[in-house]
Amino acid sequence: MATMAANRAIPAPAVDPTNKPFWDAAREGRFLIGLCKDTGKHFFYPRGVSPFTLSNNVALVEAKGTGTIYTYTVARTKEPHAVAYVELDEGPRIFTNIVDCDLDALKIGQKVKLVWKPTTEGAPPVYMFTPA
Amino acid sequence: MSINGKAYIVGAYEHPTRKAETQSVAQLHAEVAYGALQDAGLTKDDIDGYFCAGDAPGLGPLNMADYMGLNRLSHIDSTDTGGSSYLIHVAHAAEAIALGKCNIALITLAGRPRSEAMATGTAPRSWGVNVPDDPFEIPFNRTVATAYAMSAMRHMHEFGTTSEQLAWIKVAASHHAQHNEHAMLRKVVTVEDVVNSPLVADPLHRLDCCVISDGGGALIVARPEIAKSLKRPLVKIKGSGEAVKHQAGGTIDVTFSGARFSGKRAFDMAGVTPTDIKYASIYDSFTITVLIQLEDLGFCEKGQGGKFVADGNLISGIGKLPFNTDGGGLCSNHPANRGGMTKVIEAVRQARGEAHPAVQVKNADLVLAHGTGGLLSIRHGSGTLILERE
Repeated sequence: MATMAANRAIPAPAVDPTNKPFWDAAREGRFLIGLCKDTGKHFFYPRGVSPFTLSNNVALVEAKGTGTIYTYTVARTKEPHAVAYVELDEGPRIFTNIVDCDLDALKIGQKVKLVWKPTTEGAPPVYMFTPA
Repeated sequence: MSINGKAYIVGAYEHPTRKAETQSVAQLHAEVAYGALQDAGLTKDDIDGYFCAGDAPGLGPLNMADYMGLNRLSHIDSTDTGGSSYLIHVAHAAEAIALGKCNIALITLAGRPRSEAMATGTAPRSWGVNVPDDPFEIPFNRTVATAYAMSAMRHMHEFGTTSEQLAWIKVAASHHAQHNEHAMLRKVVTVEDVVNSPLVADPLHRLDCCVISDGGGALIVARPEIAKSLKRPLVKIKGSGEAVKHQAGGTIDVTFSGARFSGKRAFDMAGVTPTDIKYASIYDSFTITVLIQLEDLGFCEKGQGGKFVADGNLISGIGKLPFNTDGGGLCSNHPANRGGMTKVIEAVRQARGEAHPAVQVKNADLVLAHGTGGLLSIRHGSGTLILERE
C-alpha cells in the first residue's frame, strides 16, 4: 500500500525577538542551527543561550540540510502526514515533518534532505525533509 | 531531609462521572474536595494547605480557595507538570507538612474535555503564550498521539518491541475495567482487538490510546498524629521522586523517560526495590507510556518491557505485577487529560484493601504510583510515589 503525504495547511511559526534572525534567514532559504561556541556543539531549536552551558556565547550557523530519520510516526488523520525527529549531519535531532513521499515506505535510518514549505501569506516558511 | 514517614494520605476520592454536562470545572473541583474530606472524616476548615495544577481555573489556588471557601490556608502550591502534577503535589504536601507549613493538605484535579469536545490527542495544543519551543513544533503538528508514537517507533527499532506486546497492556487494563462500574470501556479485549483497531499514529492503534473523559479526583495529606487520630487505614508516604526530561538541545533519546530518575529517587528514599512492590499504578496515556515507565522504574531491564508486559503479567491475580486495577486511563477515565490523580487514588485503594474484590491484591502493603506529564518524546515531568500501609 502507499499513502502519499498530504499537502496540509501549515500554521505560521510565532516569531519573537530572539528567534527572528532564524526566521528571517528562513525567508531567504537559509537553514540555521545554534552553535555553542563554548563547547563547539550544535543545538536545536535555536535560542539566545546555549542549552549546554547557559552562556550567551552562541551563534547561528548554516546547516547542510541533510540527515537521517531518528524516529517518526504517520498521523493517520484525514490529511496523513509524517512527524519525525531528523538527526542532522551536524548532530542535533530536530522535530519536523517528512513530506513529498510515500508515508508507508519511511524507515528509521533513512537519509533525508531539507525542503522549505510555505505557511501563511506573509509569514516565514518552515523547514521540512524529504527522502534524499 | 527525607519525607519518608512525615505524612500520610488520609483521604481519597474519585468523581464517578465520566461526562459532566451539568457541572463546571470549578464545581467538579469542589465536589471531589468534599468527597475526599468525607472519606478522611475531616471538614473544609481543617484544610490549611491547598495544591492544584493547570486544570484549575484562573490563578488556581486563588480562584479555587474563593470558590470552595478555604479560609485557613497557610501554604499553597500550583506546580504544573501536566498529568503527573498530582504525584508531585503529594510529595510537596509531605514536604510542607514536614517543614511545619501546614497540617492538612488538599489536592484537587478536575476537567471536562469530553463535554467540551476537545480533540485531546490529535489536535496541536499550546500550553500558553511566549512558549519558546512552540514556533519549532506547532507548525509540524505536534500532537499528543504523535509525540508518544515516536517513542514507540524508536523503541521497536532498538529493542524489537512489537505491537502485540504493547497490546497486552490494554488487554490487562480491560480485564480490570470489567469490574469497575464507572469505567468507560468495560469490555474485555484481546491482543487481536488492539492490533486490528485503526492506526492513529504509527505504530499506535486506537486501542493503544487512553479514553477522553470528564471528572476529577482529590487527595488529603496529613501529618502522622492527625492521620493516626482518624478512622481510615494508615497509608504512609514512604518515598517520592520528581524529574524533568526534555530535548536537551537536540541530544534527546526518546526510548526512556524521566522515570529513570524520579523512580530511583523514590526507591532510594523509601529504602525498597522494585521487587518489593506489590501493586503499581502506572500512567497509561498510551500503552507505550506504561512499557517505557516500567523499564525506567526498574521493574525490568531496558528494552525488556515488551516481554515483561506480555502474557498477562500485569493482570491482577495472574501476573507478577498487577497494575491499574481500576482500568486506568486506557479503560476507565482520564479526567482533564491528566491521569496522575487517579493513579494515586487506585494505589491508595489497593494499600487500604479497598479495591474491587476481583482485583484487590493480597497484602498490598507496599504500592507505587507513577506518572508522566507532558509529551513523552519531547519534554515531560515525571513523578513517582511509594506508599506503605501500616
